[in-house]
Amino acid sequence: MPSATLLGQSVLSGVFIGALYGLLGLGLSLSWGMLRQVNLAHFALAFLGAYVTFQLAAVAKIDPFVTLAIVAPAFFVLGMALHWFFLRFSVTLLNTLLVTFGITSIIEAGIQWYWTADFHRMENAYAAVRWKLGPLFLALTDVITLGFALALALGAWAVLRFTDLGKAIRATTEDAPIAAAFGVNEKLLGFLVSGFAASVAAVAGLCLALNHTLAPVQIYAWMGVVFAAVMMGGLGRPIGPLVAGIVIGVSEAVTMAVTNPTWAPLVSFSLLIVILLLRPARFS
Amino acid sequence: MKIDRRRALAAGGALLSAMALPGVLRAQGKPIRIGSTLPLTGPLASLAIIHKVTAEICVENLNKRGGLLGRPVEWVLRDDQSKPELTRTLYEQLITADTVDLIQSPYATASILAAMGVAQRYNKVLLHTSFGIPKLAKYDMQFQTAGSPFDPENVWPNHIFDAAAKLPKPPKTIAIVTSKFPSVHAISVGAREVMKKRGLTEVLHLEYEFGNRDYGAIASRVKEANPDFLWGGTNGIDPVLMLEAMKKIDYRPPAQAHLFPAPGPMLKLPEAQGALALTTFESHAPFTDDPVIAQFVKTYGERAQQAGIPYTSVDLQSAIMYASWQVLESAVTATKSLDDKTIGAWLKKNEVKTLFGTLRWNGPQNYVEGADLYKVKQLQQGKWVVVHPTQWAAPGAKLT
Repeated sequence: MPSATLLGQSVLSGVFIGALYGLLGLGLSLSWGMLRQVNLAHFALAFLGAYVTFQLAAVAKIDPFVTLAIVAPAFFVLGMALHWFFLRFSVTLLNTLLVTFGITSIIEAGIQWYWTADFHRMENAYAAVRWKLGPLFLALTDVITLGFALALALGAWAVLRFTDLGKAIRATTEDAPIAAAFGVNEKLLGFLVSGFAASVAAVAGLCLALNHTLAPVQIYAWMGVVFAAVMMGGLGRPIGPLVAGIVIGVSEAVTMAVTNPTWAPLVSFSLLIVILLLRPARFS
Repeated sequence: MKIDRRRALAAGGALLSAMALPGVLRAQGKPIRIGSTLPLTGPLASLAIIHKVTAEICVENLNKRGGLLGRPVEWVLRDDQSKPELTRTLYEQLITADTVDLIQSPYATASILAAMGVAQRYNKVLLHTSFGIPKLAKYDMQFQTAGSPFDPENVWPNHIFDAAAKLPKPPKTIAIVTSKFPSVHAISVGAREVMKKRGLTEVLHLEYEFGNRDYGAIASRVKEANPDFLWGGTNGIDPVLMLEAMKKIDYRPPAQAHLFPAPGPMLKLPEAQGALALTTFESHAPFTDDPVIAQFVKTYGERAQQAGIPYTSVDLQSAIMYASWQVLESAVTATKSLDDKTIGAWLKKNEVKTLFGTLRWNGPQNYVEGADLYKVKQLQQGKWVVVHPTQWAAPGAKLT
């Protein structure tokens, strides 16, 4: 049997990786659930954000967190431009999948052209900071990722739940023509949601750059598991992907701790099937 | 015969041109076209760029020396996108549509296996650089240029454990953590057998899927097993991710080996210092004693920097590609032929001196059983140096 320390450390590891799944899934869930766009390019945007952060931090010597002040607004505009493209060409739900896959390939090629296919690692002082809690260790970069994931998911939930803006967005999602009849500017809200989703990709990019070694091809490595988190968490639900991501992350990590790690993906995807089958209809 | 001033100047000019540009003048006629694919995009692209830069230098040097059989050499390169099925199609095209004279190696086991099938169908010699499971190489005219043995699952673990036995504190207990990437997995399976024969104790054996994202739990399990030595059946970026996960829980294995790590990212990681890995070549003496090789190392460094490759030293990857072109040049020059059967027959009976040792193909399936040209390198003070066997060790380098 694994020791309590091993289990505890594995659970922590699962929570932190799950937070990153949730962060990556947040923007995808919002654009899918609210704008009816399956935006695969969200992963490419996150990696583009990571590379730009790397560039600004490693070359221009800007603190990684300060780079957010540049990258997040820029991505907000990029997200709005993407939404304009979908509106301009009336891209349907299924076609958004195909179009954004194409955009992903273009962004990947662009990253490879500029930064090469080789691995890049953002050296940063934050990576060296860790704390000891009894027998367990906490790394600052992991805690930051969890903090961002919680803040953005709860913030988005609160805005949707308690503000007029959120109510208007939800109304538009439910029935756009009726919402418009009540004076809701559907187009403007679409641009805002798309811009926010892209900004979240920029934040996820920062967390990727802080915690991981970057290579263009890794864009695809995250798709399966984050899709699973979004499906499990529910479309258009800000907190859902984070909770689901943590469930997946912890289940994978505990599986790795108690059995052979090769079983980890099998356990998490089996969990996805079970949850999708048993989930009450109101959460779908 | 009276030589006037104009004729004398013309003759002098021609002579000077011949001295300045010997290759251009000597390599004449229709180019010899040599076709191959590399994974310029996709998961293997980070390694393919090394092979591309190396091969471009080789072809350039070859043409400077007068080409092959007095004809210039043209390298026809296609991007196989890291997809074996595309590799197969592209080699078909290279042979049938591009009508290349000879073919060269793609990269990695699956793509080489795909190209091998095509080579067999058209009776072409296939030189290959990076085939990880030799027993699958059944084609009679395939020849490895990586210095691999027929039985890497036996030979390579012995290299690593021979080197580990020379560490200041020779290990007794081993944790084996391996990716399921086919070639490194096969070698790690072999390592378990080799360990038993050497009387070493296995305290942990873990396998994980290639492309794993989270090494936290794996790191915790290694820490708990507390081995003397970590055997990483790893390649690419995996060892870096694993060591970073270990760093987060304040753990560092007392000693470690990783089969084929991406060399650059490991250099920057303090936790990786002292790690062992396999190689054929490193950019130091005695490898660079040959001035031609020293020049190649210098040129590669410059070109790699221009190409944006972070690690600019010649090592395993660039060396196996360079050796492949050395073998091709030797075989064509010796046989004075571009006929695949003639070249294949010559390779079976002869040997070729390469930058990392002498290649032979006189064993089972054109390999040599029980012996190879691989060495063990160690990361010391931010630099990879060969430490075992001693005749290839960097001057003054000792296992630490």
